[in-house]
Amino acid sequence: MIGFIIGVLTGAIGAGTSVLYAALGEVVSERAGVINLGVEGTMLIGASVGFATTYQTENVYLGLLAAMLAGGLFNLIFAYLVITRGANQLASGLMMGFLGIGLSALIGKPFVGQFIQGLPKWPVPVLADLPFLGRVLFRHDLLIYLVVPIAFLLAWLLTRTRWGLSIRTVGEDKTVAYAAGLQPTRLQYQAVFIGGLLAGLGGAHLSLAYTGVWAEQMTAGRGFIAVALVIFAAWSPVRAVWGALLFGGSLAFQLQLQARGAPISPFLLDMLPYLLTLGVLLALRKRPGYTMPAGLSTVFEGMRS
Amino acid sequence: MATQQSVVLPGKIDTKWRTTLLTIGRPIVILLAALIFFGLLLLLFGKDPLRAYSDIFRNTLGSRYGLSEVLVKMIPLLLCALAVLLPARVGLVNVGGEGQIYLGAWLATWGALSLGDLPRPLALTAVLVLGFIGGGLWAAIPAFLRAKGWLNEVISTLLLNYVAIQFINYFIYGSWRDPESANFPQSVEFADAYRLPQFGGTRVHLGLILGLVAVVLIFLVLRYTQWGYAMRAIGGNPEASLRHGFPITRYLILTMVIAGGLAGLAGVGEIMAIQGRLRPSFSPGYGYIGFLISWLAGHSPFQAVGMALLLAVIALGGDTLQITQNVPFSTVNILMALILFVVLGDFMRTKKA
Repeated sequence: MIGFIIGVLTGAIGAGTSVLYAALGEVVSERAGVINLGVEGTMLIGASVGFATTYQTENVYLGLLAAMLAGGLFNLIFAYLVITRGANQLASGLMMGFLGIGLSALIGKPFVGQFIQGLPKWPVPVLADLPFLGRVLFRHDLLIYLVVPIAFLLAWLLTRTRWGLSIRTVGEDKTVAYAAGLQPTRLQYQAVFIGGLLAGLGGAHLSLAYTGVWAEQMTAGRGFIAVALVIFAAWSPVRAVWGALLFGGSLAFQLQLQARGAPISPFLLDMLPYLLTLGVLLALRKRPGYTMPAGLSTVFEGMRS
Repeated sequence: MATQQSVVLPGKIDTKWRTTLLTIGRPIVILLAALIFFGLLLLLFGKDPLRAYSDIFRNTLGSRYGLSEVLVKMIPLLLCALAVLLPARVGLVNVGGEGQIYLGAWLATWGALSLGDLPRPLALTAVLVLGFIGGGLWAAIPAFLRAKGWLNEVISTLLLNYVAIQFINYFIYGSWRDPESANFPQSVEFADAYRLPQFGGTRVHLGLILGLVAVVLIFLVLRYTQWGYAMRAIGGNPEASLRHGFPITRYLILTMVIAGGLAGLAGVGEIMAIQGRLRPSFSPGYGYIGFLISWLAGHSPFQAVGMALLLAVIALGGDTLQITQNVPFSTVNILMALILFVVLGDFMRTKKA
């Protein structure tokens, strides 16, 4: 039983990390008033470019860097479409999803079935030997250790710095921001670009650490889950951590049950993460402090609390 | 702009010509732009774009068989586009076509497996009605949540797609699995009475007629009926229509149910005419491509027919590319995305005088 719990908790962290990076990126983007449904595509770009680079250079850190940059650049296409050209955000996002699926398939084609030296695990000295916590918390890879600090960093950036205030102002009302002497276009581009960097990193965690392989459409809806988690987290980076753990936990729970040959159909278990995400969104729908950036309401009707 | 206006002044005909030219020319320019982009990309990956395009042409529009296969592909795409178009008219974004296809196929399969021997007309009616209900009920879930103001339909329809796929897999790998096909998880073959009729020795089936009838019906309803008027009002200004006394909740749910039903019919067509059995992942993303088509067509039912035809060619082209150019099938997603990119970015905007 204790093995099962350790398995679920460790797995929750491992599986939740990629989604969390993507969700953090989406928080920044949405705080600036841009909903990007193309996260699924950006993650795939990150996963494929990261894998390809790591395979070619045999350096996983170059792979991470490439994945980040590719994600950021990919998102600039989206930014150009919705910010400069004023295209519909939802349709453009799904278009980006399509583009990402196609491009990543093309990029990743030579690497299907290949193996790489993935992101190494770095057990923290002393702490890793702790009886229960050691296994759960202190035997992970670099990206996992970094993700929670990044969440706090983003929370600080968004709420405590001038830049964060500007981003949030733009997300609330572009005209007001402009009148206040800000440059809404530039700020939104920055936010969407950062969103891409993080989603690319999330995708890279999937291919370089969590699985260690590239497979077409390996994100399996994680990008959409990330968008859902942002709503769940009420646009707070720190709360997104809990959402990602919940998603990762349901995935890990399901995998552990399957590994132990539980007499439940794997297909029913596979539904769990998606149903849980929906269920949680429904359960939390009437929470106080449900602070959607006002600029989003024009895109996203029916989300009023 | 005053000078321009004076130039075109005598020409009512002139402006008319211009609009006609633009309506015909615009899609062509869009397509060309996307084809050039995609060609360059293929070049970048060391492929031969000209050969790729000529191969695609030969395998689709270039022969009688290819043309019939384009129509076959167009059927689910058109139905799924309508499943996006209709909700879009009341301001709903239905990205759940994929799930609705599967649930339509699921309920139709249940009918075909459990109703047993029926005379053909009855059997066909049964699977079509069940397919419609299956897709419709699945769409009713996000519609209800949205109408209540609980959950946005974009998120719920997307996530429910993943649930739907696993849901039918549960049956295909479980109680419906054909014991005779040990290596291939699939249902038993449907009895002949349940198979949709096909025409002229091709695989083109009844779904095409259903889709085209739906196009005309939707056009007429939107244009000439009280319902269409109410839908336009709700899509345009929900608040005003609420004050006007339109039962918005009922309209939202009903529209989504009909939309889901149409996607469900696409599912019935695929399994009852093309596959002959219920198979896992029988839809290579028809629901999502339908979404692209609806946006490409500006949510207009007649334009959706043309766009469905175009994307059917591209989707078939994906199979060709996979064989001749050794690229993954999903590569054509790029071409589809590029076309939508040009349309969404409104780069071909028709300038108003």
